[in-house]
Amino acid sequence: MNEDFKSANIRRRARYTVVFIVLAIAFIVITILNINIGNVHIPVNRILGVLFTGQGLEDDVNIIWTIRMPRILMAAVLGGALSLAGFLLQTFFNNPIAGPFVLGISSGAKMVVALTMIVFASNLSYASSYVLITAAFIGALISTGFILLVSRRINHMATLLVAGIMIGYICSAVTDFIVNFAQDSDIVNLHGWTQGSFSGTSWSNFWVALVFCGVAIVLTLMMSKPIGAFQLGEAYAQSMGVNIKFFKVALIVLSSALSGCVTAFAGPISFVGIAVPFLVKQGLGTSRPIIVIPGVLFGGAVFVMFCDLIARTMFAPVELSISTVTSMFGAPIVIFMMIRKQKRGI
Amino acid sequence: MTVNTKGFHMENVSVGYNGKPLIRDIALDIRPGEILTLIGPNGSGKSTILKSITRQLKLIKGNVMFDGENLGELSFKELSSRMAVMLTERLKPELMTCYDIVATGRYPYTGKLGFLTAKDERMVEEAMEAVNATEVGHCDFSAISDGQRQRVMLARAICQDPDVMILDEPTSFLDIKHKLDLLHILRRMTREKGITVVMSLHEIDLAQKISDKIVCVKGETIFRYGEPDDIFNEETIQTLYDMDKGYFDTTFGSIELPGPVGEPETLVLSSSGRGIAVYRQLQRICVPFTAAVVYTNDLDYELARIMAADVITEKPFEEISDDTFNRVKSAVENCSSIVIPGVDIGSCNRRMNEIIKLAEDSGKVKTIDQIIAERK
Repeated sequence: MNEDFKSANIRRRARYTVVFIVLAIAFIVITILNINIGNVHIPVNRILGVLFTGQGLEDDVNIIWTIRMPRILMAAVLGGALSLAGFLLQTFFNNPIAGPFVLGISSGAKMVVALTMIVFASNLSYASSYVLITAAFIGALISTGFILLVSRRINHMATLLVAGIMIGYICSAVTDFIVNFAQDSDIVNLHGWTQGSFSGTSWSNFWVALVFCGVAIVLTLMMSKPIGAFQLGEAYAQSMGVNIKFFKVALIVLSSALSGCVTAFAGPISFVGIAVPFLVKQGLGTSRPIIVIPGVLFGGAVFVMFCDLIARTMFAPVELSISTVTSMFGAPIVIFMMIRKQKRGI
Repeated sequence: MTVNTKGFHMENVSVGYNGKPLIRDIALDIRPGEILTLIGPNGSGKSTILKSITRQLKLIKGNVMFDGENLGELSFKELSSRMAVMLTERLKPELMTCYDIVATGRYPYTGKLGFLTAKDERMVEEAMEAVNATEVGHCDFSAISDGQRQRVMLARAICQDPDVMILDEPTSFLDIKHKLDLLHILRRMTREKGITVVMSLHEIDLAQKISDKIVCVKGETIFRYGEPDDIFNEETIQTLYDMDKGYFDTTFGSIELPGPVGEPETLVLSSSGRGIAVYRQLQRICVPFTAAVVYTNDLDYELARIMAADVITEKPFEEISDDTFNRVKSAVENCSSIVIPGVDIGSCNRRMNEIIKLAEDSGKVKTIDQIIAERK
């Protein structure tokens, strides 16, 4: 016997540590790169000066604090939230390809937000971030409700995804329909948003998103024990003492809240919810929620910040939509996952 | 008489789906450390009963009591420290080692975030040792064999430290060695730790040997309930499984295919179990046969009465009567071949010498290989 479970367990703990250190370094590097690169190039020593001493050139301070920082931090928070939503949905449906985008949950949120924006823009010419979050949450719940109805009848992986994609199309069609009736000024605003983007993030939006997602994240972390039980299936989870009815409702509300919040601020973002949890789980070599959840948050933040950097700078001054970039990296990963699954015959 | 509150007690219970009773009037009593096995044909409701006990399904009527507590009134958390389950559905966990799977058994005892304490870790280790799964502890759960997987699941149930274990067909998918291993471990657990086991089995031969109590599930009610010795007679098993062909041999607990039917073609003269191999060979080539002279306490008798088209018997330790002798004589005349795998001859059955002489004089004696060769 060349290895027993004890040394294996020690080795796995070491692996978690390494992965988290790598993620932390990646996080710092991406953050600095994100501040560093742009229309105005700011050298690293000046960035550090502004960030840690609060002093520097007035322009630097302005660009860093009012433009780049909120955007970077928003990308980090929403990236983490979106990946976590993906992880929760994958656990719920016991399906590694489930995620807020493919299941049509993002599109549902988008539809209700678009509707709300137009109603508010024409009446009040202002829609607060709270209203948008609420609208997105409701939209996400509506889509999830449909998926649940379908999955109750047919719980088959492929069917579930087809249903999700169809719901996504229906919601997008309704959104386009609404946009057709919107006023010109709304359309510009709305069009950019339905594509998904982090541009023009303000500090106030960031704080709202942080608090909202933060609460959902803490609640999810507190549920990591029953989530772990649920990974063995409903019947086993119940035999371990989990109140399944309550747990399932909580899981749906949390994943809808997280994906709704992301959609409210950045629009629908594709593939992050599938690709990040997959990569993080493979990297950590475990699916244990108490380890995977922080990993997914970190990984999602790094991935979306990186994609936003590319969206912002690759064809500057033209900005790509965030989904364009996340799809470019995320879709191949999902295809790879499916091929691998087929090979293993799982 | 004192009321025994220890153990498992069901009375007048009905179970089923969506409020519709499938099986009514279930009444069971199991003392601590006993094994109760549900047997019955596919779809008879064994799983339904087990699922109702584990509260995956709501009871339609009645209560399940354990040590004086109503299991239906406990919270799931309370229930989980008393009852562990092993289900038929196959787990497909992602990136979990066998150690991880076993450790999930400690769930009811760990803190809010589910970290294992030193005591939990020790219990996980002990459980893995008990089922001989220590060496696969570091392996990915989806990469081990079915036999190992069932053992790991059993270790998981053991380290949940339950009073009752509910196992739904724990031996499915296992080869014979692993079936025996698993049941042996279960038997030991019940003896050593006083764990009560309620399970369903397809292998009635194994059920007969391991169980303290047997429940036969068929139709709307419990068809039979009792100790194995009372349950395992041919009639009960045949009715339970609606078998008109094939037999369950209660002496050895073996399952036999039906014997060849028709006018006997071959006469087999044997004693002391020597006929068994020949009976089976004749059955395989579908040759109906007469077995003679079989004493009813002989090993050959148990199989002959099931498989032979005709059995010429004699009572134990009696001399072969004229009547029996004449029957053998006419069998010698009517058959087309005679096989003599071996007969022990003593003072009681000394007339066998005469019978063998008769057979040899008829010129029909062949070896079983010759008969098989002719058939081909």
